[in-house]
Amino acid sequence: MTEFLSPAAIGTGGPPAPDISQFDTTEARKQWQVVIRRFLRHRLAVGGMAMFVFLILVAFVGGALWKHSYKVLNFPRYSAPSGDHPFGTDGLGADMVAQVIRGLRFSLQIAIIVAVVSTVIGVVLGALAGYKRGWVDSVITRFIDLVLVIPGLVIVVVMARSSFTNVPGKSGSNWLIVAMYLSLVFWLSIARVVRGMVLSLREKEFVEAARAMGGSTLRIVFKHILPNTVDVIIVNATLTVALAVLTEAAISFIGLGVRSPDTSLGLLINQNRNELNLHPWLFFIPFAFIVMVSLAVNFMGDGLRDALDPRQRRVRA
Amino acid sequence: MLRYIIRRLLITIPLMIAASFLCFGLTQAMGDPLGEWKLQKQRPPAEIAAAEHRVGTDKPFLTRYGDWAVNFVQGDWGTTVGPGHGTVDVKDKVLRASWISARLVIGAELIALMIGVAIGVIGAVRQYSIFDYTATGFAFVMFSMPLFCIALMIKTVGIQFNDFLQDNGFGRWIRTAGPPNGGFHGSFTDLIYQYSGAFILPTICLVMIQFAIYSRFQRASMLDVMNADYVRTAQAKGLSQSRVIFRHAFRNALIPIATVFALNFGATISGAIITETVFGWQGMGQLLVTSVNDKEPYMVLGFLMVTGVFIIFANLLADLTYAILDPRIRLD
Repeated sequence: MTEFLSPAAIGTGGPPAPDISQFDTTEARKQWQVVIRRFLRHRLAVGGMAMFVFLILVAFVGGALWKHSYKVLNFPRYSAPSGDHPFGTDGLGADMVAQVIRGLRFSLQIAIIVAVVSTVIGVVLGALAGYKRGWVDSVITRFIDLVLVIPGLVIVVVMARSSFTNVPGKSGSNWLIVAMYLSLVFWLSIARVVRGMVLSLREKEFVEAARAMGGSTLRIVFKHILPNTVDVIIVNATLTVALAVLTEAAISFIGLGVRSPDTSLGLLINQNRNELNLHPWLFFIPFAFIVMVSLAVNFMGDGLRDALDPRQRRVRA
Repeated sequence: MLRYIIRRLLITIPLMIAASFLCFGLTQAMGDPLGEWKLQKQRPPAEIAAAEHRVGTDKPFLTRYGDWAVNFVQGDWGTTVGPGHGTVDVKDKVLRASWISARLVIGAELIALMIGVAIGVIGAVRQYSIFDYTATGFAFVMFSMPLFCIALMIKTVGIQFNDFLQDNGFGRWIRTAGPPNGGFHGSFTDLIYQYSGAFILPTICLVMIQFAIYSRFQRASMLDVMNADYVRTAQAKGLSQSRVIFRHAFRNALIPIATVFALNFGATISGAIITETVFGWQGMGQLLVTSVNDKEPYMVLGFLMVTGVFIIFANLLADLTYAILDPRIRLD
């Protein structure tokens, strides 16, 4: 079979190219080079990515490096930002740098888990619906339409006090559960997008060829169809991180999201919402971190979209 | 057209039934409304059984759903059931709350739409101008802002503005804690004064996030239209630029916005929940948050049903306006 499809066989007549394998690898690398170069040209996107990497480092390594622990509560209360406490201290006498680092870690943890889980669910179910069509498609799309009748924020809020709000084995801790609830809402739109793309891809000639060669459904979907949707999936997953950070902050702010002993940037703002006038740093610093995460991720997502998929319009819903 | 509307309305019925089932399942997953009450102290089994009977948790899931659905269709949406919450009628409460929210949201949405459309059109006509870049950048920042932070900051500014007014011998005009308890009253100018004071901050807050979405869509669709052949024809035959923009381009560029406006209803509700929490309005958002905290299944259910009906009809409206505005689209 390979003789028929190799470039040498397709090329009309002439002598076969001597080193096809080398030719192939440069070709493959070239596409990624193009993508990377297109991304690197997008200055804001590169800045966003650098910022995002920096924030991740701060969140997951910063806590260990910072001189104060988030557990220590015996600093002077409400002291304004100074050399020893660059972000000041809060009403309980805790160092705000340590608090913000910890909040950032929880917020990012939740957002990244939401992005991964909702993308996996969305891609699998969306691909299934688009490729199988028939009743599988009807069931999945009807279900998505049905759930989209209720705004996602409302669903998460309603679930917030349900019986399953503790991480098993850790009483009181609920950040993982919040991440799961958010994923249950966010996979819907990803599944829709993937389904639409798969619907059109499955009619393409190369899929027909794979089917004619006897490829199994799984092989066709994972080897032939999904690689062609990777660009859209990556962009969607990136933007989901930003959306998840904002949604998590919002529900934690109204008191129905992450709760003590866990924390998050939204919860920090909720705890300090009455300090906006007297001790503004307690409000503005967690706020600035939320905006930084979400701006960084949005810029990065925009750059990725332009780099991976220049056809797609730069308009967000 | 009429056939299409009727067909869509008929499709809505099974959708509503399925949605009500889903909502009921959601509220049952909220947890036992008697949970805390049972933990407070040891109670005689008869008292617990009576309470469970009153709440309905002694019956199986499907029976409960059936009972609730039959009553709901007949106009009895149930009452609050939690011990110590009294028996507040759900229908009464939900409808009153939705009226409060609707007053706030409709005005804000219309303002956001107008500002968004205007900014989008100018941004497209003067593409890559300073105005365009500023508006695009601002919209981008707005997308990345948590709404509740905007709301909190606006509230603080409002309080300081009130202090400023008071220092200069005026009354405290802006209200930061919902509409006045006794309702609005007094002469016409008093009414305007009270209304504007109560509405200004939450409205600004809702407008801030919504106009960003509209302006982005309007800019994109306007750019699309401005590059269309018929617009070039209109320019080529010597029509004035304003006539080309308003008579030829603008009207067609509005079509996608109508759909976005209707489909954006869900986001509006989410926005209203946050705004009401910050500004202390006793609307739908407050109702949801307090009912979830109190574990009041029927109250939450009433909220979900009203929201669901609104969104389903908004979607229907989106399809219809699309067809009316764009005769190329055939619905049936």
